[in-house]
Amino acid sequence: MKVLVPVKRVVDYNVKVRVKADQTGVETANVKMSMNPFDEIAVEEAMRLKEAGIATEVIAVSCGVAACGETLRTALAIGADRAILVETDADLQPLAVAKLLAAVCKKEGPGLVILGKQAIDDDANQTGQMLAALMGWPQATFASKVTIADGKAQVTREVDGGLETIKINLPAIVTTDLRLNEPRYVTLPNIMKAKKKPMENHKPADLGVDVAPRLKTLKVTEPPKRSAGIKVPDIKTLVDKLKNEAKVI
Amino acid sequence: MSYVAPVKDMKFVIKELAGLNTLNQLPGCEDATEDTVDAILEENAKFCGDVLAPLNWSGDVEHSVRHADGSVTTPKGFKEAFKQFGEGGWQGLHHPVDFGGQGLPKLVATTGIEMINSANLSFALCPLLSDGAIEAILLTGTEQQRATYLPNMVSAKWTGTMNLTEPQAGSDLSLVRSRAVPQPDASYRISGQKIFITWGEHDMAENLVHLVLARTPTAPAGVKGISLFICPKFLVNPDGSLGKRNDVFCASIEHKLGIKASPTAVLVFGDGKGEVGVGADGTAGAVGYLVGEENRGLEYMFIMMNAARFAVGMQGVAVAERAYQKAVSFARDRVQGRAVEGSAAAVTIIHHPDVRRMLMTMRALTEAARATGYIAAAASDAAHHHPDAAVRADNQAFYEYLVPIVKGFSTEMSLEVASLGVQVHGGMGFIEETGAAQYYRDARILTIYEGTTAIQANDLVGRKTARDGGKTAKAIIAQVRSTEAELAASNHADLKVICDQLGRASKALEDAVEFVAGSAKSDIRAVYAGSVPYLMLAGVVIGGWNMARAALVAQAKIAAGTEAEKRDPFYAAKIKTARFYADHILTRAGGLRASIVGGAEGVLALSEEQF
Repeated sequence: MKVLVPVKRVVDYNVKVRVKADQTGVETANVKMSMNPFDEIAVEEAMRLKEAGIATEVIAVSCGVAACGETLRTALAIGADRAILVETDADLQPLAVAKLLAAVCKKEGPGLVILGKQAIDDDANQTGQMLAALMGWPQATFASKVTIADGKAQVTREVDGGLETIKINLPAIVTTDLRLNEPRYVTLPNIMKAKKKPMENHKPADLGVDVAPRLKTLKVTEPPKRSAGIKVPDIKTLVDKLKNEAKVI
Repeated sequence: MSYVAPVKDMKFVIKELAGLNTLNQLPGCEDATEDTVDAILEENAKFCGDVLAPLNWSGDVEHSVRHADGSVTTPKGFKEAFKQFGEGGWQGLHHPVDFGGQGLPKLVATTGIEMINSANLSFALCPLLSDGAIEAILLTGTEQQRATYLPNMVSAKWTGTMNLTEPQAGSDLSLVRSRAVPQPDASYRISGQKIFITWGEHDMAENLVHLVLARTPTAPAGVKGISLFICPKFLVNPDGSLGKRNDVFCASIEHKLGIKASPTAVLVFGDGKGEVGVGADGTAGAVGYLVGEENRGLEYMFIMMNAARFAVGMQGVAVAERAYQKAVSFARDRVQGRAVEGSAAAVTIIHHPDVRRMLMTMRALTEAARATGYIAAAASDAAHHHPDAAVRADNQAFYEYLVPIVKGFSTEMSLEVASLGVQVHGGMGFIEETGAAQYYRDARILTIYEGTTAIQANDLVGRKTARDGGKTAKAIIAQVRSTEAELAASNHADLKVICDQLGRASKALEDAVEFVAGSAKSDIRAVYAGSVPYLMLAGVVIGGWNMARAALVAQAKIAAGTEAEKRDPFYAAKIKTARFYADHILTRAGGLRASIVGGAEGVLALSEEQF
């Protein structure tokens, strides 16, 4: 079974994100970029499936600027067998990415697509779901445990009420939550091997996908600064403020 | 956040100052492409920052502990971390592919040495010693010895140690007394006591491969009668499995000022313990195997010594970087006092000019020493890999001149930096829990082991300067001058100041070289009285030269780089750091020159009784 792992290049989680001066987006120049941590969990899970003899081949895919190739090299260094870069300078929104990934899925015919539940830059939490819809495949989002057997995936999902376990037919889309696994450290020999692994390069047009944005960003601003706290004289005032000012109860 | 590897500065130095993209054109260095090196730095930084750095403080508190049976337990987490280190393949970074390494250049390995030592100096000593032992077996061992020991050492399943020092033989190894008696089966029986054996006993590896200096019964006295032996903790069976426990045991471990997690062992060879009994001739002792030829042990040790001294120099850079990061984070956080120019409320101490001065001193010294270390590593690579013999020879001379400076200057500056790190913290810095004091204590060994600063300075004066009449030193000064010419051609205000200060400093170094080369025969005591100041002067000037080169590159990026480069605050900071170095560190050159050229009188005048 082939496993396809889409990975996104995002601003590194250690970086304090700043809004661009012209408020068109966040500053990404001179900022450390790395693989979306949720996608790293997805690559790790794919590797575990391969080590367990369930996956036969792990293919990493990334959509975006040429530098996404570096993110793919990281996936290859973790252990993916080969990589596909869909290269474009266009501003990609989740629907465009889902369409590109759908085109790749049709080409590669994976038994499982596993990706992060969301990317830590825009936190959209849409790509996996959209991809499932486009492919007409079952989806299991927010996975904290994945077991593959007999052409089915049994997935434990982290939902608001606790944990939910579902069984879906393959091929399917699984999106990873934080507690699915703890990604391994990349080893030096694997970094060296990654250099020699194949990386295909496609353009959206080759895949017949129109990636033009469907949503328009009007303005990006910093979140409002938190104001200082206050002391309340008694519980009655606290309850009153929670009810009428904060409106949380 | 305890340690984040300064990957950006490291990449800048290896690419722009140490010439990675020239180096990776050389045969044998092709794998070190820019993107591969970037990936190595990023992944190594993660491992060092996430796994090793958090064990630094706990290791200091827990120490390694010796038990009654001679075994040693390392602090919690060390064993697991070392296993991860081995599985990550990091021990093999620059060791030959034939034995399971990656064969990458020393320049790349140097970034790894820096990171692991910043993260955890005590831990890092174990692989550092293994590196030395691997190198020794590689260069002087038989094919069988290499096959027996190297694959497991390169994969960090086994670790290596260097057994030189004995109670009466420290800096002077001619006094080594340990005995090695040849046996009919060509092995030896080794007996004696070795002290200060770093990672001489521990629980992180299946086997330890001790390299031991000892004398055979027929050996001449002095340095020419010392041989080198492999003495494994467990003998290795012909099929590679571990055999009998050898007669080498840890008698105690030292209580030290710093690097407390690193067990510093007293090892006793041939105490009648273990499972090897006595030799065929009845001689008691640990079983050992001669490395190379008899009586050439010290010579072999010296091959390793340059590498080990270089690595210790990088430990200086490493601990300085960690101390700097800690001081910066405290200074950003700690609110104390109003601004000198007046402020409505108290400010964070990073606002205060003198805290700035301390932080900039720490930063400038660390960056300069890093650059000097990395260009030395690149020279060593060129000395090994360049196709042209003349280029190889020049690079070797350059590297050898720099080794005592990397070792001596970087470690001395690490004391200054770690001390300033404590100072930035104020009273809290003196409290152990803060953590700044640990760097100061850990750094304190660096100017001592692998040859004290004075030993480095002797080397710089004798072998590296006087012997060639100052030729190598002057060739370096000529390179400094050409950087000065580039600076002079610029209209940039900071570069002009750097140019002036570098000019004065390089003249001071030139005077000192003339004095050392010129007076080595006529007034040797005067020259050696100024040897450490000479080493420090060379370190100050070569560091300043590299900072100047960095400033030139940064200025070019700002003036004519990509849009992103033009706006990158890294480059602007580089120029200002170089400017600071010029005004505050390069200016030390004049004072050092005066101590060297005219300072011997005061050093040597008093009679012994007058002390």
